[in-house]
Amino acid sequence: MIIIGEKISVIAKKVREALMNRDPKPMQELAKAQADAGADFIDVSIGPAEDNGPELMDWAVKVVHEVVKKPLCLDTTNIAAMEAGLKAHNNEWGAPLVNSTSNEPERFPMMELAGKYNAKIIALTLGKGGIPADAEDRCVIASEIMARGMEYGVPMENIFLDPLILQICTMQDQGLQAIRAIKMFQELNDPPMQSVVGLSNISNGAPKAVRPIINRNFLAMLLYEGLSAAIIDPLDKDMMDTVKAVDMIMGKTMYAHSFLDM
Amino acid sequence: MALAIPKETYNGKIYNVQLGTGDKAVTIGGASALPFLGFEGTFPNKPAVAMEVMDIAPDEWPDTVKNAIGGAGASPAQWAKFCQDAGADMVALRLMGTHPDQQDKSPDDAAKIAGEVAAAVDIPLMILGSGHTEKDTQVLQAVATATRGKNCAIGKAVEENYKTIAAAAMANDHKLIAMSQLDVNLAKQLNILLSQMGFDKERIIMDPMSSALGYGLEYTYSVMERIRLAALLQNDPMMQTPIVCDIGVNVWKVKETMAPDADVPEWGGLEDRAKAWEVITASGMLASGADMLIMRHPGAVEKAKELIAELM
Repeated sequence: MIIIGEKISVIAKKVREALMNRDPKPMQELAKAQADAGADFIDVSIGPAEDNGPELMDWAVKVVHEVVKKPLCLDTTNIAAMEAGLKAHNNEWGAPLVNSTSNEPERFPMMELAGKYNAKIIALTLGKGGIPADAEDRCVIASEIMARGMEYGVPMENIFLDPLILQICTMQDQGLQAIRAIKMFQELNDPPMQSVVGLSNISNGAPKAVRPIINRNFLAMLLYEGLSAAIIDPLDKDMMDTVKAVDMIMGKTMYAHSFLDM
Repeated sequence: MALAIPKETYNGKIYNVQLGTGDKAVTIGGASALPFLGFEGTFPNKPAVAMEVMDIAPDEWPDTVKNAIGGAGASPAQWAKFCQDAGADMVALRLMGTHPDQQDKSPDDAAKIAGEVAAAVDIPLMILGSGHTEKDTQVLQAVATATRGKNCAIGKAVEENYKTIAAAAMANDHKLIAMSQLDVNLAKQLNILLSQMGFDKERIIMDPMSSALGYGLEYTYSVMERIRLAALLQNDPMMQTPIVCDIGVNVWKVKETMAPDADVPEWGGLEDRAKAWEVITASGMLASGADMLIMRHPGAVEKAKELIAELM
């Protein structure tokens, strides 16, 4: 599974302050720790960054790339900031991942940028009609997004469809719908479409003690249906052990008694 | 319409492992596709053929191979020189005489012989214990120290004794041969354990445990195939070490390499039959991913090298 490390997020106080003060140290520490723990992409979330988005994203991409040789997942709703990030990104270590487009018109320019900069892109199956009702609904939206991708010259293998993970505590049936969608997304193209989830959303609103249990078990179920990537905390050892165990059970890695230590 | 050859895409690559020093140093590994599929990947190094030498006279070897070595078998250094002259890429010194059931030679004796052999040739050296788990730890420690700076392959480290042998190889800058018993999962486990003790996985050569044609070759073949698929398709860093196949020791104890013409006239002449047995066993191992072979008969070595040259 492709692991997108979620720790550099504007939601975290430490990161927010680092972004505000242009302090590279906390950013670089988080980036390095996540890369060492096995992250394939480092998510760099700066939020909407309305005032100085482009300059902020440019700075963030460069400081992270000073310490990790991994592609980044650029996470902002600010189109200009996204473009600045794509320009600053060092593609020597792999194409960046745009986080994200959807079927909402204000997010279309993200797909255009992905085409222009040869980037990969996360596509939320969320449309004008609001939250999708079920897996079928998600596939309809996914098809529209894929058609737009073709229009902008984004190869299908660069698109990661995101079924939109909703809180299990308020919309219990949506967890299963997301799992079904992961399976169905793969049928939309040959070779199969790739998929991604922002995993921890599933347990938003649940008590802190039960959240990791929900997250880990949900991830295992998604992986069984063929999930390609997840935005998770790679520093969470139990989570990483779940990924390793599922990969091993699915035959993607070879068993050895110490498979968890690899 | 032209025929498009379907090609497999691989994610992984076998580590390059260098043995010996100077002009005659040998590098094995480096493959980025399944054996000899040159249209799918690159093969920077040819599989190396090591010829086996012992610290005792080859009295127990069948006549066919003993005669081919002739008088050289009397002294390990002379024997090693004979192998070098016969075109071997490496010498594999097996310290059979250190086995308690053989001559129970001391680690110091073994170290002395290893030093003499190392001085007699300039091709790289592989040094193997007798296979006695406890004795090998002492013997290989002494030998590793005596041949420091020669960049040898030392072994075989097994699950029961890997710590001491790996430490000796590490302290004296040698490469390590890690052997597991025909089990792909245990092969991986041993490499993980070695890495966990700080031994660089890129200095390991894996021995999956060989066998002879007709006596379980297909088991070795299948284990090696799975190791190689994990290394190349799953990009498993613990499975990307080169593979050595210890062939001669298995081939020259089966009846096909010993039965006289008169007993089995339908099998063809012993001399050619026995050599062919070693070459065909070698070819099977090469086809499943061997990066290094340990062989005995100079005639079989010559044929195996011809085969490698033609396939590369």
